Amino acid sequence: MTTILDPTDERKPVHRDVTPRPPEISGTVALLDISKPRGSLLLDRLQQRLAERLPEVKTVRYSKPTFTKPAPDTLRQEILGNSDFVVEALAD
Amino acid sequence: MPLLAVLNTYLAGQTGIALQLLVLGQTVEGNQQLADAHALPVIDDSDLRVSFASDIDTVPTLLQVDAEGNTSTELIGFVRSEWQALLSNLLGSDATEQLLDWTGLPEWRPGCGSLSVDPLIAQRLQAEADDSPLRARRVEVAIQDDEFEFMFDQGFSDGLPLVPPTPERVLRMLAGTRRDAQEVIALMPPNMGEVSVEKVAINAVMAGCRPEYLPVVLTAVEAVCTDAFNIHGVMATTMGASPVVVVNGPIRERIGMNMKLGALGQGNRANATIGRALRLVVRNLGGARPGGTERSTLGNPMKFTMCFAEWEERSPWSALHVERGFASEDSVVSVFTMTSGPTLIVDQDSRKAEQLAGSFGLCLENAFHPKSHFATDVLLVVCPEHVDTLIRDGYDKAEIRARIQQVTARPIEELAGDELSGVGFKPEAVAQMDAETLRRKLPKFRNPEDIHIVVAGSDAGKFSGAFHGWATGEIGSIPVSKKIEEVS
Repeated sequence: MTTILDPTDERKPVHRDVTPRPPEISGTVALLDISKPRGSLLLDRLQQRLAERLPEVKTVRYSKPTFTKPAPDTLRQEILGNSDFVVEALAD
Repeated sequence: MPLLAVLNTYLAGQTGIALQLLVLGQTVEGNQQLADAHALPVIDDSDLRVSFASDIDTVPTLLQVDAEGNTSTELIGFVRSEWQALLSNLLGSDATEQLLDWTGLPEWRPGCGSLSVDPLIAQRLQAEADDSPLRARRVEVAIQDDEFEFMFDQGFSDGLPLVPPTPERVLRMLAGTRRDAQEVIALMPPNMGEVSVEKVAINAVMAGCRPEYLPVVLTAVEAVCTDAFNIHGVMATTMGASPVVVVNGPIRERIGMNMKLGALGQGNRANATIGRALRLVVRNLGGARPGGTERSTLGNPMKFTMCFAEWEERSPWSALHVERGFASEDSVVSVFTMTSGPTLIVDQDSRKAEQLAGSFGLCLENAFHPKSHFATDVLLVVCPEHVDTLIRDGYDKAEIRARIQQVTARPIEELAGDELSGVGFKPEAVAQMDAETLRRKLPKFRNPEDIHIVVAGSDAGKFSGAFHGWATGEIGSIPVSKKIEEVS
């Protein structure tokens, strides 16, 4: 029998389920640009389509300072507090 | 619980009995309940030290202990007649019978296993009791299992075999540092795992390090876990970035690092295993694994390991760490993010410094893409024969950088996306520029300081090398240098 020491941080990752898909879009949709090139173009188009198809839905634009780092806590809290949905745009 | 509560109330009303009831609880939540619901005098043993020291296997266990701490009675689980007999002995049989209706209590309950003997916890408690520096979970590999296969199966490996990190090997590794084994030196993204000295030692054993390499590995881990270096982004990017570790100062010689023939290649244990240990720490403590948060399109072989030392004595210029603000006698680890390389700069013909530095520039123009300017930085590794050509004309690092910037400078109009290639300034941006702006020349690098220069390699051969960087500056990764504090 060989005994070895655990090289990991010994934590089991928290299992998170995907949020159930809501039947309809309502309230406020956050459009988060992660600051990759042309992410804003994708969100421009999406915002336009949302306005046409779901005029009662409000859209608010946000952007991360840089795509290479996680969003700052303050930005996450702001989006969480003010939005019902988030669309995050990855682009290039 | 009713029995303990009744007993506690009874004892509180008696002045003639020198008997104290103490209840030891093993979980914080349970202890709160005992105190709230039954007003019991609870001692918090959620760290399980008392339970472990008292050899408790089962809860409840009732101990009768005298003032000197000697145990005279031990009742395991709940056997009604045993508890009755003990209390009769202490309080008298009448008082015991009047405490409560004993027939309302079960005759026998076996109890449960004590948390202090839980296999996942008991080893740690034993280590603490023995004052061992080892606190990591011990994993027993069954006798029929091959430990090398086991470690592959557990996902600990970068794809190559690992040295099994047995407690004996990890203890030997820890002898390489004066730092406390339980000191937490960093939080490793993306999982923000706590990186203790012991955990680094375990991964260093697996990588094949010798104990004297450990201070270098620890410092490299600290250097990458800074906001400036941004190891989170370096691991997550689809570009396939990885840290390059450069070591300067006296420790290079002391631990036998290679800075000469084949410095960037295989064959030297210190170079190979220090870089590998860093990557295993990132993998095993941060959780960055290919297909998970590590999402490189192609990957690159430097993700196994990339560490070398600068041949300071062969360089006529300030060594990297001195340029970056340290004393020459300091031992320093510098980390740089690379995405390509080392790409070879083959120039066997230039005899003048101006020509050779010109070649450097022409080759560096390809970093990322020839039309991509101001996008990245570079770690240029100048070989000794090239050093000789450069110093013959008195070139210092500033002149090398200036020449590179000079030969790479292109007018913005040539750096615009076009039919040949879409990379470069976007047509809509170019349309907004006036003629003077379009003729303005941009060098390859935003700042001359984005060209980092070190000397390494054998005395023979006119082949320098370059590691191309990643997104440089605040938006990506900034090189970080850190002194190895415990090495004098």
